[in-house]
Amino acid sequence: MDLITRISEGRTLTTTIGNSSNSSCSSMGPFCVAISLGIISLIIIRVLYVIYRSSQPRRDMSPLQPLCTLIVMGSGGHTAEMLNLLSVLQEHRFKPRYYIAAATDNMSLPKAQVFENSLLDKEGVEKVGVAQFMQIYRSREVGQSYITSVGTTLLAMAHALWLMLKIRPQVILCNGPGTCIPLCAIAFLLKIFGIRWSYIFYVESIARVQRLSLSAFLLYKLRMADQLFVQWPQLKEKYPRAHYVGRLIYTLLRSINTKVRGYTYRVVESFVTTV
Amino acid sequence: MAEIKEDLQSRRTAFVTVGTTRFDSLVRAVDSHEVKDQLYRKGYTHLLIQMGRGSYIPTKSGGENGSLVVDYFTFSSSIADYLRSASLVISHAGSGSIFETLRLGKPLIVVVNEDLMDNHQSELAEELAVRKHLYCARPQTLYQTIADMDVESLLPYQPGDATPVVKLINRFLGFPDE
Repeated sequence: MDLITRISEGRTLTTTIGNSSNSSCSSMGPFCVAISLGIISLIIIRVLYVIYRSSQPRRDMSPLQPLCTLIVMGSGGHTAEMLNLLSVLQEHRFKPRYYIAAATDNMSLPKAQVFENSLLDKEGVEKVGVAQFMQIYRSREVGQSYITSVGTTLLAMAHALWLMLKIRPQVILCNGPGTCIPLCAIAFLLKIFGIRWSYIFYVESIARVQRLSLSAFLLYKLRMADQLFVQWPQLKEKYPRAHYVGRLIYTLLRSINTKVRGYTYRVVESFVTTV
Repeated sequence: MAEIKEDLQSRRTAFVTVGTTRFDSLVRAVDSHEVKDQLYRKGYTHLLIQMGRGSYIPTKSGGENGSLVVDYFTFSSSIADYLRSASLVISHAGSGSIFETLRLGKPLIVVVNEDLMDNHQSELAEELAVRKHLYCARPQTLYQTIADMDVESLLPYQPGDATPVVKLINRFLGFPDE
């Protein structure tokens, strides 16, 4: 039902755009204004609809189908927290899994790979599904000048668009820092244009007690995250739409050695250290 | 042999860690006479400093005429082992070392780096200090914190649990509870 509405809306949008480009604007001023207003209001209605739908739980006819999942890895503590969450996630519902980390972060993807290897050792590929690992350009490095960062931001957005069109995730899990913002923005655009509907979950870091991080703040204020989880009650009081879930760090109770690209890694709790 | 064993038993190490970056004001603070005196008074025999990329080099000491044995290193892949053998941990405010220390049940003083621009890290340390899981200090007040601390009064940290958040995600996506 939703799909049909979306497609018909999309069709109206393209036909109106076609009409406006054919007509001569100088002689038909009021008509052009009316058309543009029409297009703008259609877009606004669509955006509002997407925002409204994004806060609603999934109503799918086939809830037992696994969902293609994108996991955005932060770095350091963010990665440890994400692995902690993944360790209790029912991986057979969230497959295939795509991991994305910043191109400058060389530690997070090996850790994700160690985690995926441990899943494979435990369950086998039929159950847990396959995983892929990718890196993404960052929009701005620490200390980079603002002028050059305009160019790199555009490049990062283009790269994010390319990756998102390739992956077309149904579920996006992220927990900061900024790497996830271009990906979430593109996911939101894909929703607006009816290309792919995705559910965005953001888990705020345990380190944030009083104030949200910039990424979480943006996703909250722009209503881009379907659900935003916080780990301290103070944040729930300040941001009522957030969900308080208590502290979720340190539940992974295993210690294994796994080989990735010739290095042996040891996973102890949610920490991964090189042996 | 018996002597070594006795030595290991009576050895009480205060382990200082600055993490992957640098935190010179912390290293300078623990290298000060006030802090070393307080540690010695509290019964610590060794001071071991992981100083990271810092440029301030602390003074090594062999522990002659009733003072602390002081040693340092830059980085190690087995920080966990140092934490495990420590009697007191003095750490930077990174969540990784905070939770690893708490998980090991070691008394912990977190020193907040006031030179950091976006200093949200103090939020976590201050909250956990309010909940009596650790002590929170600044480099210039560290000796005072050590003097006033009572490690017996610290409460153990209950390990977290990621299942509530996973349950909410599953429910939102229409998956039944398991």
